[in-house]
Amino acid sequence: MRKTGKRVIPGFGLTMGVTITMLSIVVLIPLASLAVYSAKLGIREFFQVITRERVLSSFYVSFITAFAASAVNAVMGLILAWVLVRYDFPGKRLMDGMIELPFALPTAVAGIALTSLTSDQGLVGKFFAHFGIKIAYTRIGITIALVFIGIPFVVRAIQPVLEKLDGSYEEAAMVLGAKPSVIFRKVIFPELMPALFTGTGLAFGRCLGEYGSVVFIAGNKPFYTEITPLIIMSELQEYDYASATSIALVMLFVSFLILFAVNALQAHNAKRIKGGNL
Amino acid sequence: MEAGKNKKQQIVKWLLIGISVLFLGIMLVLPLFVVVTEALRKGWAFYIEAITDEYTIKALILTLKATGIAVICNTIFGLCAAWALTRFHFRGKKILTTMIDVPVTVSPIIAGLIYILVFGKQSVLYPYLQQAGIKIVFAVPGIILATIFVTFPFVSRELIPVLESIGTDEEEAAALMGAKGFTIFRRVTFPHIKWAFLYGVVLCTARAMGEFGAVSVLSGHLRGKTNTLPLHVEILFNEFQYVPAFAVSSILVILAVILLVIRSIVEYRGKKET
Repeated sequence: MRKTGKRVIPGFGLTMGVTITMLSIVVLIPLASLAVYSAKLGIREFFQVITRERVLSSFYVSFITAFAASAVNAVMGLILAWVLVRYDFPGKRLMDGMIELPFALPTAVAGIALTSLTSDQGLVGKFFAHFGIKIAYTRIGITIALVFIGIPFVVRAIQPVLEKLDGSYEEAAMVLGAKPSVIFRKVIFPELMPALFTGTGLAFGRCLGEYGSVVFIAGNKPFYTEITPLIIMSELQEYDYASATSIALVMLFVSFLILFAVNALQAHNAKRIKGGNL
Repeated sequence: MEAGKNKKQQIVKWLLIGISVLFLGIMLVLPLFVVVTEALRKGWAFYIEAITDEYTIKALILTLKATGIAVICNTIFGLCAAWALTRFHFRGKKILTTMIDVPVTVSPIIAGLIYILVFGKQSVLYPYLQQAGIKIVFAVPGIILATIFVTFPFVSRELIPVLESIGTDEEEAAALMGAKGFTIFRRVTFPHIKWAFLYGVVLCTARAMGEFGAVSVLSGHLRGKTNTLPLHVEILFNEFQYVPAFAVSSILVILAVILLVIRSIVEYRGKKET
């Protein structure tokens, strides 16, 4: 507090006050209540809830579908970012604007649209039904919904890094006679790695918690397409707050782990961007 | 040999563009196309009837109300948080920054759950709230709170990097010359952050309008009372009223596309000025 006298720019008290007050009301107190409520649950009760077979299988479904979707998004995100930064073609700005569509489109709308598209009568579903592949109401369907949700995170993480990439290393490699594929693998890709991980990590975190778009396409069969947020939802509908809180705690723990990892990477990444062309 | 290399690069270029177009076409354009065709499947008259349905209008009004309040709250918060975090040095700044980002990583279902734990029947606050006649869970205030939560850091996140990169010299100079706090903000700071600010507000609006999970937990699904547009879509879809469900969805699609266009314009103008 000694420092206050030295501050030249006004407004510290006011802005800090508003920030702390709103943060407390909206985020801190509600989150603390989760901690308080869960402290009331016994350890044994907690483990009993989270090791129920149905809950365990929902963890597995959530994890495996989010993982598959993130893998697809890592590859497609890289290609999309590359195309948007390195190439010129008609309709590029439209394409760039479209990337954020999954972000702006309400998840419920995305959910019902994808469901009707991939069901047996839908445009895409009909095509795959010929080969005996069902998409809607299977884990593939969940994965597709999650790919839809996650793609902007990866593209928007890689794009700025690719834009600021110093071209001189590439040129040097080219002059020295390296093939384009080698240049990409040995020169460009290592530079993009942190951004790729950050974006994919964010997308993965978002996918684990996603509810709106998945709930329609999943079909919600226990042990097969029931995701963890859905289990929490059904516990809530039965007013079983203790079970809901226990499962939520596990999810929160995992998402904080991801947030922590992504933040560590981002700090590393920021240094890289600032150290680049400035 | 040079020509061969160039040709190969051209092939790679168009192959990658082709993959991108195909991917976006199937993943993003087709779903929009489905919404439009399904909504109009029974003709315009049916469509108009579906979107002017009493419950649809009520849901639209509630959605706009919740979005409006959430955007105003988060804008005020965003401006204050960005100012406090970038214009001053203090202990615990990193923790504060992380705390602000927490709502984006929390599953919307958990966001709903924590408000039920604070304000619901089993909470210690519940008797007092009831005495005061305030209903939060399964009522409109809960919906608004949930919407604020899920979009909480959207404005501040856009502002913080911009404010950090322009530094504090101009504001310090203005302050030393005797300008008042609000004048400094309006005349010196705001012109720099105008586009980032608008960008954040647009993103916040888009997300607030479409929030489903958190709102779903807190709403109680009372038709005409606590139903937002996305929840109304869910109810219609689960009742197998597909055409009305897609008709209501089309309102949300139109709003989303308008916001995306504004976003693109804001981004373009912002880039041009810097």
